[in-house]
Amino acid sequence: MKAKTADKIATFVIVTLALLIVAVLAGLLGYILFRGVSHISWDFLTSAPRKIRAGGGIGPQLFNSLFLLVLTLLITVPLGIGAGIYMAEYARPGRITGFIRLIVEVLSSFPSIVVGLFGLLLIVNIFGLGFSLVSGALALTVFNLPLMVRITEQAFRSVPSQQKEAGFALGLSKWKIVTTVLFPVALPAIITGTILSAGRVFGEAAALMFTAGMSSPRLDFGNWNPLSPSSPLNPFRPAETLAVHIWKINSEGLAPDAAEIAAGASAVLVITVLIFNLVARYFGRLIYRKLTASRRMN
Amino acid sequence: MEATLTAPHILQPAKTERDFRTENLSIYYGTYEAVKGISLPFPEKSVTALIGPSGCGKSTFLRSLNRMNDEISGSTSKGSIWIDGVDINASGTDVIKLRQKIGMVWQKPNPFYKSIYENIAFGPKYHGVKGKKALDEIVESSLRRAALWDEVKDRLKESALALSGGQQQRLCIARALSVNPQILLLDEPASALDPVSTGKVEELIKELKEQLRIVIVTHNMQQAARISDFTAYFYLGQLIEYGMTEKVFTNPENTMTQEYIMGRFG
Repeated sequence: MKAKTADKIATFVIVTLALLIVAVLAGLLGYILFRGVSHISWDFLTSAPRKIRAGGGIGPQLFNSLFLLVLTLLITVPLGIGAGIYMAEYARPGRITGFIRLIVEVLSSFPSIVVGLFGLLLIVNIFGLGFSLVSGALALTVFNLPLMVRITEQAFRSVPSQQKEAGFALGLSKWKIVTTVLFPVALPAIITGTILSAGRVFGEAAALMFTAGMSSPRLDFGNWNPLSPSSPLNPFRPAETLAVHIWKINSEGLAPDAAEIAAGASAVLVITVLIFNLVARYFGRLIYRKLTASRRMN
Repeated sequence: MEATLTAPHILQPAKTERDFRTENLSIYYGTYEAVKGISLPFPEKSVTALIGPSGCGKSTFLRSLNRMNDEISGSTSKGSIWIDGVDINASGTDVIKLRQKIGMVWQKPNPFYKSIYENIAFGPKYHGVKGKKALDEIVESSLRRAALWDEVKDRLKESALALSGGQQQRLCIARALSVNPQILLLDEPASALDPVSTGKVEELIKELKEQLRIVIVTHNMQQAARISDFTAYFYLGQLIEYGMTEKVFTNPENTMTQEYIMGRFG
């Protein structure tokens, strides 16, 4: 076969595969949105669900998902970035770092139902945190921490080593180099990692059923005292997230409009992830520009 | 092998406060001896060129002068590096203070991912310079010393990465000058630049040597001949010949030096 023909065939195959993937994704997304968007209304987004009658909303579940995201990120981002920096810049390469890396990888590939049951045993029962947002956040940390560590480590490693040398030659301390020379360069990749791990928080159901629980107390959205049991901000209350709610009404929903609610909630979930993505990228770009004086993210 | 000395008086200079030289300096990577017991002086207000084929240890030697090899795991050294009467190769040396005295510039320009202004102001700020006015002055004087001020004075807030390669390299020189070093180490500073930028950098080196000592590693023989006052020829980690550049280039004592300079070897 002539090189030119081979080239043409390869190009055709690759383009076809790419189009196929785009088509599958677009079809899936289109289906979810098409089925759900018509059901979305302000009332649907803000009102509480109903057990038997039609017309329930997903207000508390949407809030729970967002609040759980914030709690999880509060735990995983500092820990993940810290550990990633350690792995990339401080740890001496050797058996111990290799072992840590192995554990991190195994941890991130745990089946989520196992993490959920493990969380039920350890966090909910032994630690006595009960079905609560904190328990859910800790269970999600099991998946998200490895991801953050990996991504931070990679991000720091991919900064050209000449940057570090320049810092050393100026008489900067290692800590100063890490925080002010390397970190801004690594930031875009770290933001991407955070977004990826956030997507998992929104979408996870199995690990949360047994940790954050499958119900929400009656929430009073006028009560912002984080210690009060009916306050939405109380991290020690049970909290059913949107993904868990979708699973629940699909499998055991009694309301006559359960299918519509599931479809609407799915669409809301997809749209929320999309909005979070865009907002996180926007702020990431803003910070990156401020730190590096550049016009675009590279 | 004994080094052939065409300027022997320089190897044993009077020990003054302004002394900068190495004494029997050896550098190892693991058990491999990359630099073998080199004693070399770096006189004031002069440019010393280190030449030799790739892998001869000249870059390793250069990097050891501001203890940059410390950052490579497995690298150790023996011998002394005297600066102002102090052996900075001794353990317990404050490398952070030391590196302020010795600036360094590499082959590939490596400006920080920051604005032009921040690239220069960063070091002084870290070392305790306060106040916008003081920093502004340092930025301007450093950029002027690096012959870059007129080209960038209207866009100090822009990213340093937007500059051309030659400008970036002069920015790196300005950054090294910002902490007021007494010594400047240059590792093939012009080998990645076009001829015009190379000319500018060489011009700059000639001007800067009036204010500080410069040690330059170069593969370009013409460049070494043009800008240096003293030349040291390295081969396989050893110092083969050292002397006034004119003497080394026109009438070297050692036939190996001659062959390398003539381009017949290396």
